[in-house]
Amino acid sequence: MSEAGHHKDYEGAKLGMWLFLFTELLLFGGLFILYGVYLNRYPEAFKAGGDKLNVFFGGGNTVVLLTSSLSVAVGISALQKGNKKLCLGMLWVTIGSALLFLVNKFFEWSAKISHGIYPGSAHLKEMIPGESVFFGLYYITTGLHGIHVLLGAGILTWVATLVRSDKVHQGDFVTLENAGLYWHLVDLVWIFIFPLYYLIL
Amino acid sequence: MSEHGQGHIINYSTLVTVWLALLVLTATTVAVSRLDLGALNIWAALGIACCKMSLVVAFFMHMKYENRLFQWFLFIALVTLTIFIGLTFFDVLYR
Amino acid sequence: MNDTYSATSSGEGFWANQNGRTGISAWLLSTDHKRIGLLYFWSVTSFFIVGVLLGLLIRLELIAPGFNMMPPQMYNSLFTLHGVIMIFLFIIPGIPAAFGNLVMPIQIGAEDVAFPRLNLLSWYLYITGAALAVISLFSGGGPPDTGWTFYVPFSARTTTNVSLAVFGVFVLGFSGILTGLNFLTTIHRMRAKGMTWTRMPLFTWSLYATAWVQVLATPILAITLVLIMAERILSAGMFDPAQGGDPVMYQHLFWIYSHPAVYIMILPGMGVVSDIIPVFARKPVFGYKAIAISSVAIAAAGSLVWAHHMFVSGMSDLAVLIFSALTFLVAIPSAIKVFNWVTTLHRGSITLDPPLSFALCFIFLFSIGGLGGLFLGAAATDVHVTDTHFVVGHFHYVMFGGTGFAFFAAMHYWLPKYFGRMYNKNIANLSCVIMFIGFNLVYLSMQIVGYEGMPRRYYDYLPQFATLNLISTVGSWILATGLIVMFVNLFRGLRHGEPVGRNPWGGASLEWMVATPPPLENFDGEVEVTHGPYDFKKAGVL
Repeated sequence: MSEAGHHKDYEGAKLGMWLFLFTELLLFGGLFILYGVYLNRYPEAFKAGGDKLNVFFGGGNTVVLLTSSLSVAVGISALQKGNKKLCLGMLWVTIGSALLFLVNKFFEWSAKISHGIYPGSAHLKEMIPGESVFFGLYYITTGLHGIHVLLGAGILTWVATLVRSDKVHQGDFVTLENAGLYWHLVDLVWIFIFPLYYLIL
Repeated sequence: MSEHGQGHIINYSTLVTVWLALLVLTATTVAVSRLDLGALNIWAALGIACCKMSLVVAFFMHMKYENRLFQWFLFIALVTLTIFIGLTFFDVLYR
Repeated sequence: MNDTYSATSSGEGFWANQNGRTGISAWLLSTDHKRIGLLYFWSVTSFFIVGVLLGLLIRLELIAPGFNMMPPQMYNSLFTLHGVIMIFLFIIPGIPAAFGNLVMPIQIGAEDVAFPRLNLLSWYLYITGAALAVISLFSGGGPPDTGWTFYVPFSARTTTNVSLAVFGVFVLGFSGILTGLNFLTTIHRMRAKGMTWTRMPLFTWSLYATAWVQVLATPILAITLVLIMAERILSAGMFDPAQGGDPVMYQHLFWIYSHPAVYIMILPGMGVVSDIIPVFARKPVFGYKAIAISSVAIAAAGSLVWAHHMFVSGMSDLAVLIFSALTFLVAIPSAIKVFNWVTTLHRGSITLDPPLSFALCFIFLFSIGGLGGLFLGAAATDVHVTDTHFVVGHFHYVMFGGTGFAFFAAMHYWLPKYFGRMYNKNIANLSCVIMFIGFNLVYLSMQIVGYEGMPRRYYDYLPQFATLNLISTVGSWILATGLIVMFVNLFRGLRHGEPVGRNPWGGASLEWMVATPPPLENFDGEVEVTHGPYDFKKAGVL
């Protein structure tokens, strides 16, 4: 069945993307259910764990992601207004921010791991129960989030090539918009991760 | 099934304003976390995070300008997650 | 009023080669919902047969106390596999992915689903997940022995190949999510002119409700499976008490998905029955709106009751109370459907063709299962029968007697339309009778021995349960015989039977208004719907 003759459904494509985002919301939601339960059970241990996390890394990454959300939104408005150049520029800023986030994450994790704080480590087993759970959740949640950042960077790169070759353009940009929605979700998850892990003091 | 052009365009100044608000809220949540509000700390943090989420969803993700249907769908998804968390706490809190 | 959308019948319809592709690539690269539906049909049916064989082996092991034809470890793997295959490879995808794909777009007057390429991807994900699960049988420490529920701490510690199997299920879940997302968008965006929400067939309504559950509940399964892998591979300790974790939290996360999952399993089956009953009673369905809304109500209420699987897990008494009370709520919309189906039949002009035979079995067997569910939902009785064969009997009544028989009904109702040929109806009815008898021998026995205290998932049992277990095993052979008769008759008929016209059963929904088999893009020309899906008079078939 050829797609060319068919009228593309802009609203339908966006609807599909939103439904997919709900699945991501519930996916991370499961981890937040666990967080809520264990925070309730081990308030002191969670504070001790949060204390060991670096607010500058966390806060810095927050700013990076918020800015990358701005840049992708600006990029979409730009393409809607016909400004392909600005759109591409903004996409590169977004992708760059994603990579910056991952680099920060790499340094942050390396520091923690070199101090013996990682799932299954002997050091973690010696900690008060609660704190070990805190770090287990921390790694799983930020790890899963990091995978999504990487995937998002990949998707945005692909979309940037589509914009460059005019396959996505002012008259038909739902692919770009959907990629943007995915990226905003990545930002949203971090908006919750930051206070819950870094600011429990 | 044709639309009136594809969607509403958010202007750059709105986007930048939202971004600035988000930065302010981020600073706020860091500041509030330094205060000792006891049990209230976590709710304050969640409250501010929800504000940030609302801004991102409404403006960056365009929800403010979307079809009512999309808004209802988001509501359903959020209610579902809330129920999952809430009912679990009937176990966890009362053991 | 000419209500047909097939000016000419090419005789071959969508079977004719598409876009110049021939042979196997015309199937493996097709984005036609009908071909994808058939790809799913053959896949799920094959896995069903594998699952049946595993079930027969389980019953064979339990034929007599003290009889051990396999080591206990193998028995554990056997029931694990039986569960994983039946649940994730047959029941959950079965009706929605096979028949939903085949039928739903035509029922709403669309030429395909909203995202045809995503639809094909869903099938490939299904096959990938299935392959990973199969590979896990023969690799690593061998097939998982944890039960399909993968409870910690055992699933974290067992040396069998849990991680790979669980990853396979993860991929399968993703397949289901994409199908649900596709169907939701299709139903919202692609209904034909005049196809209002209240003119949609109830099968489509059931798929709509199911799709919501697939989209919202399956991700929780995904994260739960990720957490099992994290426990095993990283020793994350989320559920390990020694590290501060809580094993009951695993159960919460697992059942937050797996309870709604049973509604993913049953709702489409109920939808099939809702479509079949009016056609074979020659009467519009009684209480269309009630049945439509009850589908959504079941999906919603079904998301509130998961911890009724956990009454003896150590959770708080308050939670036990609340979940028990909520569980009774879910019975109400289910009962509404049963009452409405029976009322539809009352004073109808009934033709006992195979689709109706299987649908009637559904109503009877599902009702028994549902009644058993009340004993399980009431916490006071549950504590006595939980983890016994009472539970096993209950869920086989609803999943097999319910969804399984609905799948058979759907096969006999719709496949002639897509293959263009009819099977022998008398033999089909005979197979239904044989299966009904065999089924009840297998599972009623289980309900009784379970009530008497025989535990589930044990490879052996006390001598006092011997007679009923023997009856159950013999029943399984009768059931298997019925299945063989059914499938042989069906497939022979679909290949060599009498050619079938446009509307062999006299249905009033859109799939009976197109050519047999349906053409590639389903409809010739604009579709405009002017009556409901069970308005036989207006459709000109009464």
